[in-house]
Amino acid sequence: MNTAVARRTSLPGFGLTMGLTLTWLSIIILIPLAGLFLKTLELSPAQFWEILSSRRTLNALKISFGLSFAAACVNLVMGTIIVWALVRYRFPGRRIFDAIVDIPFALPTAVAGVALTQLFAQKGWLGAPLAELGIKVAFTPIGIFIAMIFIGIPFVVRTVQPVLIDLDPEIEEAAASLGANRWHTVFRVILPSLIPALLTGFALAFARAVGEYGSVIFIAGNLPNVSEIAPLLIVIRLSEFRYADATAIAVVMLLASFVIIFAVNRLQRWAQTRIPAH
Amino acid sequence: MTIEVKNIVKRFGAFAALDNVDLKVGKGELLALLGPSGSGKTTLLRIIAGLDWPDAGEVRIDGEDALGHGASERHVGFVFQHYALFRHMTVFENVAFGLRVQPRAVRKDEATIRARVKELLDLVQLDWLANRYPSQLSGGQRQRIALARALAIEPRILLLDEPFGALDAKVRKELRQWLRSLHSEIHVTSIFVTHDQEEALEVANRVVVMDKGRIEQIGTPGDVYDNPATAFVHGFIGESIVLPVEVSGGSVRLGGRPLNIAADGAASGASKLFVRRHDMQIGPAGTGSLEGAVRHVRSFGPIQRAEIALTGGEGKTVIEIDAPRDRELQAGEIISLQPRRYRIFAAQE
Amino acid sequence: MSTQTSFVTPEAPLKAYASTAGAAISSLSRREARERPRALASPKDFRTEPGPVRFVIVALAVSFLTIFVVLPLVVVFASALSKGFGAYFAALAEPEALSAIRLTLLVAAISVGLNLLFGVIAAWAIAKFDFPGKTFLVTLIDLPFSVSPVISGLVFVLLFGAQGYWGTWLQAHNVHILFAVPGIALATIFVTFPFVARSLIPLMQEQGTQEEEAAISLGASGLQTFFRVTLPNIKWGLLYGVLLCNARAMGEFGAVSVVSGHIRGETNTMPLLVEILYNEYQFVASFAIASLLAMLALITLVVKTVLEQRLDEGQTPRDDPRDDLRDDPSDH
Repeated sequence: MNTAVARRTSLPGFGLTMGLTLTWLSIIILIPLAGLFLKTLELSPAQFWEILSSRRTLNALKISFGLSFAAACVNLVMGTIIVWALVRYRFPGRRIFDAIVDIPFALPTAVAGVALTQLFAQKGWLGAPLAELGIKVAFTPIGIFIAMIFIGIPFVVRTVQPVLIDLDPEIEEAAASLGANRWHTVFRVILPSLIPALLTGFALAFARAVGEYGSVIFIAGNLPNVSEIAPLLIVIRLSEFRYADATAIAVVMLLASFVIIFAVNRLQRWAQTRIPAH
Repeated sequence: MTIEVKNIVKRFGAFAALDNVDLKVGKGELLALLGPSGSGKTTLLRIIAGLDWPDAGEVRIDGEDALGHGASERHVGFVFQHYALFRHMTVFENVAFGLRVQPRAVRKDEATIRARVKELLDLVQLDWLANRYPSQLSGGQRQRIALARALAIEPRILLLDEPFGALDAKVRKELRQWLRSLHSEIHVTSIFVTHDQEEALEVANRVVVMDKGRIEQIGTPGDVYDNPATAFVHGFIGESIVLPVEVSGGSVRLGGRPLNIAADGAASGASKLFVRRHDMQIGPAGTGSLEGAVRHVRSFGPIQRAEIALTGGEGKTVIEIDAPRDRELQAGEIISLQPRRYRIFAAQE
Repeated sequence: MSTQTSFVTPEAPLKAYASTAGAAISSLSRREARERPRALASPKDFRTEPGPVRFVIVALAVSFLTIFVVLPLVVVFASALSKGFGAYFAALAEPEALSAIRLTLLVAAISVGLNLLFGVIAAWAIAKFDFPGKTFLVTLIDLPFSVSPVISGLVFVLLFGAQGYWGTWLQAHNVHILFAVPGIALATIFVTFPFVARSLIPLMQEQGTQEEEAAISLGASGLQTFFRVTLPNIKWGLLYGVLLCNARAMGEFGAVSVVSGHIRGETNTMPLLVEILYNEYQFVASFAIASLLAMLALITLVVKTVLEQRLDEGQTPRDDPRDDLRDDPSDH
């Protein structure tokens, strides 16, 4: 006699925990996101286009994405240098510097915002000497750039660090034994194997900078079309009760971020096939 | 406690882990589930334990339907391949665990629990480790504690999943004997899974040979070794020489040449001849069914193991035979071989 | 920090270089040999960069981090104390400051508490079972991480704002979500949602289900198994998740800014108060509050480092078959 047996699990509690998880997820995440989605659908494509093609919106998006990209590039380079120094070298205070890499991630954004502004303002510790050189940082796009660099620091470093640590020393020894000098080994053997991690770190820094609000709005001038970031424009539109505009900008930001991260993931996978890491 | 398993089917996607398995285990038996990886033996064990569920079929323990109960209700003791000791509890607490989580109505008082744990630790001869943590024990010790822990709940069945698989050879051998003597002391119906045929043959009362989700043969170790029912069993248990032969009209041919052995009711067609290494009778050239040149001889103890390159037949077939040392073979000698005992099975794809 | 062991000592390849050809290699090895007495602590000289290069790299790294991380941190405390300790403590004792601190603590307690509970529940469902759509579920849990804080606030405004979907209903019933504590709590819960789950899921997946299965086979119920077997094994990961969740909850600015309405004395958390005071040029007061948040961040980092070490070592290595080679002789 064949009795069909219902699917069961060896550990108990699946039904209950899944149920609770889905409920909580719905309340906290799905319903709010559905609201966003619905609002987006309320706009006709024409309206959508109108909102987005306004000069102010376009400039805000340009500033946000453009400066984020630039800042992420800086973090890519400096992050590599930093992680190299932290992993490969020993110097006094190394452990402390290793720990402080996390500060931009742990520090509340508002604190970072006011601190950076204070530092780079006309009379600030760094702002003053720069002013002497004719460079104004605070309340200009340069200020935005600096803030975005600040918050992106941990991403490249922390993403690359474990990969660099786990790198097989025998690979370098093999390269050396084959006649490669140090530069060859570093630039043709080691760095390429870090590319997937570097790209991931870059994408994370980029994505974070695009959406960043607190660290940036203090040091930015917030002048429309000049130094206004997209998140700020969203906030302004909300305060004007122009929900549709705010939603449209938000959706564009979300989509663009997803596209970027997707593209980087692709790049990563491609890089991994060309340069297998381990 | 008896176990009965009927028509068990278990699939993982398209892969049939168990394909209509039937098994009966008698009270107090020590049964081995033997087979290569992927044969379904661990899956079967876990289904009996209640850690996995079949897609179809019945499991009865002592006549009752067991599938209605989860692992915590079946009262079986399970010993995992990697011990699964609770890493943050001492040895004592590990063994006491099963007794301490019993519902209040049934739970014994602390003093009784303590006494029982001590009794079990004495049984496995590790009472001096009571306050250590699992990470401080060797593999062999961990396995014995895992066993003690499973026995603490006085299970009606003991299930062991490759209990010695993660241990090195010497420890494995010792624990095998230890398990056998333990079983003869406590007589709990036990099933253990192994891929090591030596282990199964040495320890178990009965052996269940499995392959690809099916049972190939059930029998005593002697049965399974001396009278293998299928080609798989013959090949899996003990060392076999396998030769491709043609059976037609009651005669057996190797590479066109007839061999002087009875077809023994084997069906006509392409087949395989299975002979144990030590079942080849050696004779002077020309006297036996097979003939070949000795390529290499290794002697150890009472046995000499020789590599023979068979003449006749397509290509070069090299086989290994075991022979007594009363007549030492020389490399280069031409000798003849006659299978004393053999089986012929139809060749499978 | 890993100790990279190599089976090749510094001397061996040198000998190899000497015997094989390659002018470049032998000149490199000679340069290495010259440099070795002056080398820094690293024992693997033959495969590292020349001294001056190392110096430049370290100098770049250190100066960059100093300028971008150390200085801003120092500026916070320097500005807070720029008018002395008296002014500092006075600023913190202001009623606005105190109410902001209270609100921050309240919101953090709510967010951490709820996300702890549901994080554990979600981690159990995801790590201990197999089911279709698991990747999607994990992505969903990770979502608040990848969304801009402003957008996180936006979604709640769209629901509860005056012109939101439920706005009129809420106004009619005099229920205040936005511009009140519930809104702030919701936004904070949203952004801190992933921390506990993200910290637990990989840990629980790595620990596997064997110990839980063992407990079940010994007769334990689900809850008994969780509290007696699972929880002790995940305690460091849990603390880690709670720590990060708390840090983010107390420091969240963007999302809360959008939903709070900045009503002084009522709906200002500490980060919002920092903003308000700064915009009013009350620098000492602003940085005083900021310094509290900065100290929170530093403490979080310290505890995080400690917990990371615990997580690394406390992870008892999986019963390694090679362990059995060190069999106890008194075993037999």
